[in-house]
Amino acid sequence: MSTTMNVASEKLGMAAPMVRAAAEGMNEPRIAIRNLDFFYGSHRALKSINLEFPARQVTGMIGPSGCGKSTLLRVLNRMYDLYPGQRATGEVMLDGQNIIDPKLDLIHLRSRVGMVFQKPTPFPMSIYDNIAFGVRLHEQLSKSAMDERVEWSLSRAALWDEAKDRLNTSAMGLSGGQQQRLCIARTIAVRPEVILFDEPTSALDPISTLKIEELIDELKDDFTIAIVTHNMQQAARIADQVAFFYVGEMVEVGTATQMFTAPREKRTQEYITGRFG
Amino acid sequence: MSATMAASGAARNTAVAEKLANRRRRSNRTVEALCLAATVIGLAFLAMILGTLLYLGMQGLSLSVFTEATKPPGSHGGLLNAIVGSLIQTTIGTLVGTPIGLLVGTYLAEYAQNSRLGNAVRFVSDVLLSAPSILIGLFVYSVLVRPFGGFSGIAGCVALAVIVIPIVVRTTEDMLRLIPVSLREAAVALGAPKWKMIVLICYRAALDGIATGVLLAVARVAGETAPLLFTSLGNLNWSLDITQPMSSLPVTIYQYAGSAFDDWVQLAWVGALLITFGVLAINVVASVVLRPRQ
Repeated sequence: MSTTMNVASEKLGMAAPMVRAAAEGMNEPRIAIRNLDFFYGSHRALKSINLEFPARQVTGMIGPSGCGKSTLLRVLNRMYDLYPGQRATGEVMLDGQNIIDPKLDLIHLRSRVGMVFQKPTPFPMSIYDNIAFGVRLHEQLSKSAMDERVEWSLSRAALWDEAKDRLNTSAMGLSGGQQQRLCIARTIAVRPEVILFDEPTSALDPISTLKIEELIDELKDDFTIAIVTHNMQQAARIADQVAFFYVGEMVEVGTATQMFTAPREKRTQEYITGRFG
Repeated sequence: MSATMAASGAARNTAVAEKLANRRRRSNRTVEALCLAATVIGLAFLAMILGTLLYLGMQGLSLSVFTEATKPPGSHGGLLNAIVGSLIQTTIGTLVGTPIGLLVGTYLAEYAQNSRLGNAVRFVSDVLLSAPSILIGLFVYSVLVRPFGGFSGIAGCVALAVIVIPIVVRTTEDMLRLIPVSLREAAVALGAPKWKMIVLICYRAALDGIATGVLLAVARVAGETAPLLFTSLGNLNWSLDITQPMSSLPVTIYQYAGSAFDDWVQLAWVGALLITFGVLAINVVASVVLRPRQ
């Protein structure tokens, strides 16, 4: 068993230059993952992952359910720390710092790496307070500065026009799509460097999905984005770089065009043509 | 041949289906009738209790009930000291018991879901929840009344607080556990430390449920007699001093209802009416004002 693992990790270790080659023409990496393993108890859910997230671009992560793509996303903001028995080994470098270092200040990390979840999760408070909640965790702003920040983030999340007259009403009264854009606004209000999206549109209708996709396309001007999606069309539409995962391994990474037109690996080809998954 | 068989089979199936449907309808009607009968019986008792209470209580209801303290038989006393005593003891008992119960419930739900200590605390709290309240009265009697030389309002407050705690523990834990993981993770993902996630997000999301629990605890202790008999004892004179024996509605009802004086018995009915409708009001507030929004 351990021999198989070593062989696999060696193989991927050798594949690393290829991974870097695939990222050519892309910006320099904001996050670089090297030999990342992840364990749920004794179950090894990620196996020697090597992947780079180019700055200010969208990296889409695809693969069948249970392949580890969401797990990887939850490593990037250390969400797994909430749950005892989950641990990661290896290197996840963000600006020269290893994210999975146990001594890392998680609160600071999460101000730099924001996350948007599958289901919209508005807090049971006003729209304004939803935005201000995150900001107050990291900064002390005057009332006017906070007003500005709220307007800025809601505008960036394409929600300002719909929300500006009801900032003090409960966020629970927004529609599903609006709630998800509020969650995005809430995340960017903290001004992170990286935003993680965990299937952000799978609970939304097509129109809301389109809006969120346009939004992600605009946000990449300022933020590095990682998005997990089950929807390959979505990955093709919004991702610059696509990584394909299969049972805990990253099989292949490349530009979206290359991945969807000329995948190198047979498994990738089978997955994107709908043979399994 | 096969066509005939299929046809007869279909005919038989229709007959069987008809029979089954009739049986289903019959048993449905029977169960419905039984449920209805049980409801009527239950409501009839409730109506009788409330009816008697209203009929006998209203007869003695007058302004002097609220303006006069309890007086010797025959001198037109009221229930002011009992009403105020109940309000004081219930309020202090709730104010003392709620924060403790809230913190214990939070500990159980957020910090000790499956720990051994958590399970032990949860078990003890549940035992306390169903403990006969007279035991709680005796407990406070032996730790506060006897060692400190006398019955007092304080001891009554403590006894009521002890009853409030497990109720608030239970509702707080249950309500916090209902908060979806996604909401917690969303708060943590923004960089909230755990205590801020609990205090600013979970408490807010669970507020209605926890408030309902507190109101139900208030309703419960407002009508408690046994724990007060051994602690605040009752006081026939006007007194706001919680270091002295203190009057309360349930204890006054207990003392008056069994007395030989008609005007005292009448006041006991009024007191019962006041408690019942006070508790009813609290329950209505709990279910109407605090019903889950969204």
